[in-house]
Amino acid sequence: MTIAPIAKTILGPLDEIPFGEGRTYAVGADMIAVFRLRDGSLRAVSAVCPHKGGPLADGQIDNKVVVCPLHLYAWDLSTGCSQSGQPPISVYPVRVDDGHIILGD
Amino acid sequence: MTQRLVVIGNGMAGARTVEEILARNGDFTITMFGDEPYGNYNRIMLSNLLAGVEDEAGIYLNDLGWYADNGITLNAGVKIERIDRAAKTVIAADGTSTPYDKLIIATGSSSWTPPIKGIHNPKRGFHQGVFAFRTLDDTRGMIRYARDHERAVVIGGGLLGLEAARGLQTHLSDVTLLHAMGHLMERQLDEKAGHMLQASVENKLGIKVVTNAMTTEILGKDRVTGVKLADGTQIPCDVVVIAAGIRPNTRMVADSGLPVERGIVVDDQMRVRGERDIYSVGECAQHRGNLYGLVAPLWDQAKVLADHITGRDTEAAYTGSKLSTKLKVAGIDVASMGLIAPESDDDEVIIYNEPKKGVYKQLIIRDGVLAGAILVGDNSKAASLIQSFDRAQALPEERAELLFDIGGPAGEVSPEDMPDDAQVCNCNGVSKGAICGVVNAGCKTVSGVMDKTRAGKGCGTCKPLVQRIVEWAAGGEAEEDPAASWYVPGVPMPKPELMAAIRKYELKSVSAVFDKLVPGGEHDAKSKMGLASLLKMMWADQYVDERDARFINDRVHGNIQKDGTFSVVPQMKGGVTTPAELKRIAEVAEKYQVPMVKLTGGQRIDLLGIPKEQLPAIWADLDIPSGYAYAKSFRTVKTCVGSDFCRFGVGDSTALGIAIEERFQGLEGPGKMKLAVTGCPRNCAEAYVKDLGVVAIDGGKWEIYVGGAAGAHIRKGDLLATVDSPEAVIRLTGRFLQYYRENANWLERTYAWVPRVGIEKIRAVVVDDAEGIASQLDDAIEEAVQAYKDPWKERAVPATPGQFRTSLPLTVLPQVPVRS
Repeated sequence: MTIAPIAKTILGPLDEIPFGEGRTYAVGADMIAVFRLRDGSLRAVSAVCPHKGGPLADGQIDNKVVVCPLHLYAWDLSTGCSQSGQPPISVYPVRVDDGHIILGD
Repeated sequence: MTQRLVVIGNGMAGARTVEEILARNGDFTITMFGDEPYGNYNRIMLSNLLAGVEDEAGIYLNDLGWYADNGITLNAGVKIERIDRAAKTVIAADGTSTPYDKLIIATGSSSWTPPIKGIHNPKRGFHQGVFAFRTLDDTRGMIRYARDHERAVVIGGGLLGLEAARGLQTHLSDVTLLHAMGHLMERQLDEKAGHMLQASVENKLGIKVVTNAMTTEILGKDRVTGVKLADGTQIPCDVVVIAAGIRPNTRMVADSGLPVERGIVVDDQMRVRGERDIYSVGECAQHRGNLYGLVAPLWDQAKVLADHITGRDTEAAYTGSKLSTKLKVAGIDVASMGLIAPESDDDEVIIYNEPKKGVYKQLIIRDGVLAGAILVGDNSKAASLIQSFDRAQALPEERAELLFDIGGPAGEVSPEDMPDDAQVCNCNGVSKGAICGVVNAGCKTVSGVMDKTRAGKGCGTCKPLVQRIVEWAAGGEAEEDPAASWYVPGVPMPKPELMAAIRKYELKSVSAVFDKLVPGGEHDAKSKMGLASLLKMMWADQYVDERDARFINDRVHGNIQKDGTFSVVPQMKGGVTTPAELKRIAEVAEKYQVPMVKLTGGQRIDLLGIPKEQLPAIWADLDIPSGYAYAKSFRTVKTCVGSDFCRFGVGDSTALGIAIEERFQGLEGPGKMKLAVTGCPRNCAEAYVKDLGVVAIDGGKWEIYVGGAAGAHIRKGDLLATVDSPEAVIRLTGRFLQYYRENANWLERTYAWVPRVGIEKIRAVVVDDAEGIASQLDDAIEEAVQAYKDPWKERAVPATPGQFRTSLPLTVLPQVPVRS
């Protein structure tokens, strides 16, 4: 599990992300995919699939994993671990504050 | 408490059983006794040793180091003379006694010597030049002697005799095989197959074969000079090899008062009858009246014995084995399993016979499963037949597929013959080694391995091979995946039950299905797309469309490409366009600097490399409906020029194709639906290989073919019906597509679904309305047709916030080269 340190950043209003979907945000040089789970919580991971560079924010999710849209490899959204033998992805702390998405601690 | 385990016998059965016990962490101090002064070797490979294709080092299974490493005391070359059951000790020839708590008898068999005059020499066992073929020492002696001589006779035309005869040819030039029965391998082959084999052995290998040959005498005083047969024939030779069968080694066991009939009598736990602490395994054991002389049953027995003796599974039971064999003689393919002749009139017998090529194949099928098979001259289907036989699998309706590779991928390879780096999945580049690694790490279901490695997740053609490798790597312990029959992996129900439950509880959204039908209510990302498709089909405009249930392609109505851009394929019904339309497409391509403009296989134009955020603007500029080149849906109707211009056309295929596409555009289903209409049987539109293909024939009639494919899988469609009007074609097309939508599994294309259900059944329902559901199907398809909306109209206002926001901003990842 890789929890990447990242400066606290306000990404934008929560309602930018529909339930069960993800959107990508550029934070400095990092690209971060933020997902809004159907249970209401958020997850943030690196936006680029380590396999072939697919856009993870376009992937389908459930309350545990994201499935890359290109070749359907899956990663755990909380730990960043691959379920299919791929390298892990970075995970970032993320939360909601007053209707806004806050990245970092 | 650590118990003392004594094993009499250090052959393949004894050593394998000990391996299985060790693998279960059995708490024993183990002492083994073996007649032969060696570690444990693979007796089956002695033929290869004789033939010179294997050396001695190569046939050892466990060298002496293995015994030491596992703390096993090996007494090699020490013969046990008696078992004292009362004292629980075994007594060796040198008088020493060894106590046991548990005893395993794996004494195996010995070569049987027929009563032939002159075969023995009173001073030294066999006559000089006469050899049995059973042990490493036998083989060594035979090789040494044969090298200095010219002519050999092998007595016995079974598996072993044939292998011995072939092996001897490595060392001398003249080999004759004598067999007492009417044809070779009579236990495994019927008469015809036996004669076919004989012809091959004589012509291809140059071994002389004499059947019905009763050997009565070995000739020669000091050394062998020939053999004499019952009919007086004399065959001069220098070497005689006896391969006339085996007899279990049971005398010591019987003398010790244990129950011996033909072999040592054991129960289903491999315990000797009436004994608590004595087991027997392998060729010496008689189970339910059967003796087994092959290796596969022994593996099964060893596992049960180990499960029981270690307490791992005291219920474990061996219930007998199905026997299959393959002859290991280079250039001569023979395989046999189960029955060699039908036993009742109800047994289905399938025979293929091609004497000129030396090919003979016979199958015996009983109650739909394989009861026996004989293959001579072509073993390419042996592996799959043995598998079908072992597991009593359902057989393909097309029985010829059991005997030949028809249409599908080239001949089946057996996993054990493949090198570790052999690529199994050509789509995702997964090797046999990678698959075995995952299996060895504990994943023993085919779908689990496919998930972890992605093998078989591309075009799917390699799935049967992946399955065979998993089964092989798991050593017959592959686990059945309960999810295999489910419609989607995350909801534990096959499609009919799932549909019934959805109807019963009126579940109209994907999350409602998870919440109601999955124990614990867990959502599953990989199941969403299949459920979305099913719910939309079932509820049409009542479906509650949760956009996250859609795959990205369906969220933005384009096909995602490797760099995260999308392809845009405007509708072009029947492949017919106009100059004005072409101009608009060209202008859009220029305006947006579209990196590639390409014609598709479905007779349309593909604009590739479109960033997500540009999609709505491009659709607006094109002002053409979506061609649906991204969804699991009705795709295109390919047509030929038809009767307007073509001088051969007998039907207006273009007009019909356009009409079909107009009606069924955008229709979603369990898989893609690609159609074609062609104007004459020359079939320029390739209608025979489409999910549904229509062929105009002379006389104003139309043929409708279904279940065709020409992608990863190639199949000619089955003729569903011949009708006499375009209206009838459209009606049956709708009915067929709806029947497919309601009944096929998720991602099951028509080329798999049609043969699974059977064309007769489909014809009965769709054409003849045998189940009285035709009007229901017609109504359902009409409702779906009326629910059609062009998704590219969803452009003025996004359906969800950020629907078209890029997911790969700032840096562009793998760059797709722009072709000029």
